[in-house]
Formats: sequence, structure tokens, C-alpha cells
Amino acid sequence: MMTVIIVIIVTAINTVFGVMLALYLVRADWIGQKLKRLLNSLVDLPFAVSPVIGGLMIVLLLGPNTVIGALLEGAGFKVVYALPGMTLATLFVTFPIMVREVMPVLQEIGAQQEEAASTLGAYPWYTFWRVTWPSIRWGVIYGVVLTVARSLGEFGAVLVVSGNIINKTQTATTLVYQDVENFNVAAANGVALVLAAFSALLLLMMEWAKKRKEVH
Amino acid sequence: MNVRLNSRWWSFGFRSAIMLYFVILIVLPITGIYVQSFSLGLRPFWDSVSNPLAWKAVLLTLKLAVIATILNMALGTMVGWVLVRYRFPGRRLLNSLVDLPFALPTAVTGLMILLLLGPGSFVGEWAGKAGIDIVFHEPAIVIAMLFVTFPFVIRAVQPLLEEIDASEEEAAYTLGASKARTFFRVIFPSMLPGILSGAMLAFSRALAEFGAVVLIAGNIPGKTLVASVYIFGEIESDNPQGAAAVSIILLTLSFAILWIVNYVQGRRTNR
Repeated sequence: MMTVIIVIIVTAINTVFGVMLALYLVRADWIGQKLKRLLNSLVDLPFAVSPVIGGLMIVLLLGPNTVIGALLEGAGFKVVYALPGMTLATLFVTFPIMVREVMPVLQEIGAQQEEAASTLGAYPWYTFWRVTWPSIRWGVIYGVVLTVARSLGEFGAVLVVSGNIINKTQTATTLVYQDVENFNVAAANGVALVLAAFSALLLLMMEWAKKRKEVH
Repeated sequence: MNVRLNSRWWSFGFRSAIMLYFVILIVLPITGIYVQSFSLGLRPFWDSVSNPLAWKAVLLTLKLAVIATILNMALGTMVGWVLVRYRFPGRRLLNSLVDLPFALPTAVTGLMILLLLGPGSFVGEWAGKAGIDIVFHEPAIVIAMLFVTFPFVIRAVQPLLEEIDASEEEAAYTLGASKARTFFRVIFPSMLPGILSGAMLAFSRALAEFGAVVLIAGNIPGKTLVASVYIFGEIESDNPQGAAAVSIILLTLSFAILWIVNYVQGRRTNR
């Protein structure tokens, strides 16, 4: 199903970039203090933006009538009403989650250990894997679970971008919507039940991750 | 030397990649939408905003979001209080259930409400006999907003309550203050920032809510059509400019709220 593909791609990309951005926002001294604060508040934007509007932005920017959209279409690469657009929309909506989960943990542990490691001659990569990673691990896992939950349930943005073409760009949530609109409540129930069961599972994982996070 | 140079190039590339990704994903779309809605000049923008249906949708959304937020402030404070202060069997379970609205897809939420309160269900029929229409009317929208924004206030209040020093409270009792007086003079002021910032977040989420609302609102233009559904309708009927114009109103509101929340929190941490 489309949903699974989108969830996997989005979670993978957002985890890598979210952790990186959180690292930079907390640690980097090459960004000015003011700029850092600006970026920091920009991270929250997708929370403030209605998912429908998020979808609309992508249609406006990359739709078939725009410059970029037409260019990509000429190259035989469809964005809107296809998988890439839907992935982009979900990426946009779930972006802040990872950053917001990792940043406080990074701030809490402080830079001392990392500085010690680099003073002792460790490479940045080595420092990250051996010093930083173990302490932010549970924060990251919690962020991953939240991201999965959110991208699984994302509806507004995806509905706008996907065009909801049956069997092609239909995700689980838009399927529920479609079935209800067609008064096919039994089918909607089936899909909704699967989704709800999955969210319950995610909720359990959230609890577990939170508990582990607090231990450290 | 060579290695150091190499690693510097690498980190430079990394930084640029991350920042570029950030700008393209987040900043560009938002500027895009502002540009789009003014692309035909101020007049068309004003026309699409002053369209009575658009106006009514925005006003309705504001009204219902305010109701949902106020209800949530009261309910959330109480639930947060109970979860922090009392020990009873099932507390842990309840505490994790609070997060359920975050985990549950919003479309599923909408369907749930539809099935529970809709025509044909027990509650729906009973309310129908009493002359109250729930589904496809305003109460259903408020319920959907309530459900979706439920965790915000609780999660904002809980850490503050846990932080409160029990000795302050005890001091108030020792000095002869009544229970109600202690609550309002000692406990409530320290909870207030949490309640407010939680309520702000809940409000902006309620404004933006789409998935749950679209299924149960009935979407009758001018009556139960909320702003986000209106935007969706405009996109579907191929009027991106009108959609963008209404989006801007919502966006600007949400940004203002977000900014206030940040400001309040910033002041709190500075203190």
C-alpha cells in the first residue's frame, strides 16, 4: 500500500535530517545567535500550518501549471498527484517532530563530553557515534515513533496533493474518507480498525520509549 | 593536514545540504503561498476574502475553535490535576491514553465520532429525539476539535504541577488558608503559563483541523463549512488563488499564536 511506502521514506529522511538539524541548532557556533533563534522558530512552522494549506503550497509550487512542475513533467517526472508529491507533503508536516524531540536532550547533556572527545583527538564522526549517539538514542527513537504515527495518520495534506486516484495514489486515510463519502461505512470501518489498531500499537511503543528516555 | 582539509570540506558540504533542505522544504512553500495569493494584485485577493462564504467559513472556524479551546482549558486542567495529584489504579493507563489523539489518524477520529453519534447510533437517535442535532452540525465540529486538541493543555500543565513545591502549599494551609483559597492563590498562578501556552497550541491546532472535521461537519456552505474544508473545496474546484487567500488569513493567525507562545515560553525560561 502507498501508506507503507510513504511512512518508510518519510521516517528515514526526517530522522537523518531532523537529528542533523537539531545538532546544528544546538551545537554549531558558525551560525549567529540571532540566525539560530530565527531558524529555531522556523522549525515550528509546519505545526502552525494547517495540513490542507501545506498540501496547497506543494500544489502551487510544483503543480503542472508552474515553472518547476512543467520542467519536471517535461523530464518525465510527475510530482503532484503522484508519490513524490505525497511524500513531500508528509515530510513537510512531520518535519518538526524529530527536531523538537532531539533538541532538548542535546541541550541537557551539554557539550562537555563531546569537547573532551575531540580534545582527545577523536574525529567528528567518531565523536558522534561513540559519545553523542548513545545519549540521544531514546529521544531519537521516541521521535521516530511519533513521526511514524503522524505520517500514518496524515490526511489533509495528502488528500490535496494526491488527487486521490483509486489504486494509484490512495492512502489508507484517504480511503477511509472516500468510503464514508460513498456511504460505504462498513468498508471504512475495516480500514479504520486496522489504522486504529496500529496507532494503539504505536502508543504502546511511545510509552515504552518515553520510559527508556527518562532512565537516561 | 590532508585529512583535516578533507573533513572540513565534508562538514561544509553537510551544513549546506542540511540548510538547503530546510529552506526548500519549509521556507520556500510558505513564501510561495504568500506570493501566490497576491499574484493578481490586491483586488482579487480582497474579492476572494470578502466572498461571504469565505468570511462565514473563517468566522465559524474561529468561533468553534474558541469554544473548543475554552472547554479544553477547563477539562485539560482538571485531568492534568487528577493525573498528577491522585494515585489510583489505572492511572498509568489513563496517562498514556491521553496521547491517543496524537497517535490516531484524524480521519479515523472523524469516522469514530460519526459512528458513535451519527444517525442510527444510540446516542444520535436519543439526541435527535431531544431535538439536538449533533452530527453534520456545529456540536459535532466542536467535539472533533476537542478530541484532537485534548492532549495539549494536559501535557503543558503536568510538568508544571509536578514542579510545584509541596511546601508552598503546606505553608498556605498552615497559615490558615482554605482549600479553595490555596488553589487560586498558590497553585493556580504557577499553572497558568502552562494552561495558556497549551490553550494557544490547542487553538491553532483546532483552527487547522481538517481530517476529523471534514467527515462529520456536513460541509454546508455558510453553515457548517469550516475554513480548512473551504480551502480544500476551492482547490478541488480549481481556484488556487482563492484557496491561497483564505489560507493566508489562517496562516497569519497561526503564526501570531505561535509567536506569542514562543514569547511567553522565552520569558518563562529567562526568569
